[in-house]
Amino acid sequence: MNLQTAQMVLQIATLLYFISMSGYILFLFNQKKIYQKIAFCFISTAVAFHFISMMIYTIATQHVPIQNLSQSLSLAAFFLGCMFLFFQYKFDLKILGVFASILLFAIMVIVLIMPEAPVEKNIVLKGFWLYSHIVLVFTGEASLALACGAGILYLLQEKGIKTKRPGFFYKRLPSLDFLDNVGYTCLTTGFALLTIGLVTGFIYAKVIWGRFWNWDPKELFSVGTWLVYAALLHLRLYSGWRGRKSAIMTIIGFFIIIFTFIGVNMLLGGYHQTFTK
Amino acid sequence: MSKIILIGINHKTAPVELREKLSFSSEETIAAFELLKQDNDIKESLIFSTCNRTEILYIPRTGEQVDKIIEFISRHKKIDISEFKSALYVYKEDEAILHLFKVASSLDSMVVGEPQILGQVKQAYRTAVENNASGVLLNRLMHKTFNIAKKVRKETGIGDNAVSISYAAIELAKKIFSDLSQKSVMLLGAGEMAELAVEHLLSNNVKQIIVANRTFKKAVNLAAKFNGQAVKFEEREDALKDVDIIISSTGATDYVLTETQVKQAMKKRHHNTLFFIDIAVPRDIDPKINTISNAYVYDIDDLKNIVESNIEQRGKETVKAERYIEEAVVKFRKWMENLAIVPTIKALNDKMSSIVDIECKKTLLNLKHLSQEDMEAIKRMTQAIASRTIHDPILFLRNTGDHRDDSLYLNVTRQLFNIDLPEEE
Repeated sequence: MNLQTAQMVLQIATLLYFISMSGYILFLFNQKKIYQKIAFCFISTAVAFHFISMMIYTIATQHVPIQNLSQSLSLAAFFLGCMFLFFQYKFDLKILGVFASILLFAIMVIVLIMPEAPVEKNIVLKGFWLYSHIVLVFTGEASLALACGAGILYLLQEKGIKTKRPGFFYKRLPSLDFLDNVGYTCLTTGFALLTIGLVTGFIYAKVIWGRFWNWDPKELFSVGTWLVYAALLHLRLYSGWRGRKSAIMTIIGFFIIIFTFIGVNMLLGGYHQTFTK
Repeated sequence: MSKIILIGINHKTAPVELREKLSFSSEETIAAFELLKQDNDIKESLIFSTCNRTEILYIPRTGEQVDKIIEFISRHKKIDISEFKSALYVYKEDEAILHLFKVASSLDSMVVGEPQILGQVKQAYRTAVENNASGVLLNRLMHKTFNIAKKVRKETGIGDNAVSISYAAIELAKKIFSDLSQKSVMLLGAGEMAELAVEHLLSNNVKQIIVANRTFKKAVNLAAKFNGQAVKFEEREDALKDVDIIISSTGATDYVLTETQVKQAMKKRHHNTLFFIDIAVPRDIDPKINTISNAYVYDIDDLKNIVESNIEQRGKETVKAERYIEEAVVKFRKWMENLAIVPTIKALNDKMSSIVDIECKKTLLNLKHLSQEDMEAIKRMTQAIASRTIHDPILFLRNTGDHRDDSLYLNVTRQLFNIDLPEEE
């Protein structure tokens, strides 16, 4: 059980993600259920391997793999995989796998080719509040990523119907209502997780640094992201921002998340920086 | 060898009045089977009757018996032969198999690719089986038919596309709303077109139907027919907040719903999706409504366009389906030839004479003192023993009797004598 094993298992997981992605793309084109089933099996196995890889790493080094950007991305991908499996189970929206598997494979490729920053022992990165902060924020962001996926599918389907040219996606995608519903559930789930995740982050900050709020750039952007989603939910509930507008907003929201996740640390620094070297 | 013959009429050869006269109800079918079973000239039969076709598929014991079946139809349906003879088609052998495959795969249907036909063929076969009208050959043929029909449905896009206006509209509604049974429909205008569209929708179990018409009485009548609710025509704007699908077919010269009206209604219904199907000419629904978010307007031309592109697509898929079917016919033909008695008898003969030949040669090799004539005589004798030995079995195979299963005895014979004929598949 060492780091090399962990890396190898991670590579296997990436390969499985790739096979799964190919399966989903085949499914998108010729709509044979068997491809979707195979792809789904592969993505489940990939998530399992991914988990094993992280476990091996944790046992070998005695800390969780969130010490640099590569590891954080890998963890984000893992939670995305988990959330996808969960929503797939809940909604059986097979075509969402196309989005999820492509995104997963893309992240994993970045993880594997990215030069690993040396890991410094950081005593701060431990404790219950930190772990719950990480799990909640990552699962929340994974849900919001899937909401973005559902939003993209919605826009594709909506465009065909609105312009009266039902094309490639018309047969392949489910109804607008259903896609909107899936997007909404992903959105509310993600928002709830993110909210609690942020709160645990504040508590953690209080425990470690003695203050809830440190004017860290990541804190600012995270709260900003949270406000964007809060606004979206509010508009949806009280001003009828459903369907197309809501789908566009979830896509924009997800880009803000990506920026908050990576961009802020690279460009603006702050104490979240350690994960993103 | 048994022949497969199919006699029938369909929507291409006969008008509906004639098809009605010749259609067999399920009771009539059962009665017909009873008569056909008593007929010694007919070995197996199957009657297939829907609103678009009546077909009799049978296997004669001797000859072709076409006239007999036509006469039978005439007698059974009490209709003069001259009335329907010209509309009949008679397919034999491969043609009959091809036709049957096409019918079950919905290539011969009025609406190509419609999904009901396979179920109807299955039902007809079930009736035939229950009444012991079908036998080995038809059983096998029908199973192959179901296989090919399933293959065509699964591997070609023949059933994918809506090729009628009302069907295309329903398909669209299903792509907009996930569950039509939770949605309400409003009819604007109580014309025939509206009625037709609603009949389609009702088969999808919509939640509620509201009818608005300028002549209120007509609205009430139509609403009563569909168990719906009638409202005054002036109330249509109000009703927008409660319905999801609007089917409009009034004779009005102006738009009966304008952009402003719908915009207002959208607020009241919290921007939940609205789908307008405008089948009126001139149009009833302002096309600008389509620009409002979560509102979709399809007029008759839009729907026609979809249908046309679907028909084009379906044409391409038909070519593919026909290829599958032709392959299946060839395979079935091979199976039949294989099943037939002649090759078995030939193989049996060959086997016996080759055994005799080998043994004879072996023996004669050691009997050098015999004259040429003697050798010939011994050869003749051994050949005669061989052919006498299998004479009775062959006779039995040629005529296995009335109620016996040919293929069973053929199989037994092949196994007993260890004869290998190339099996299909």
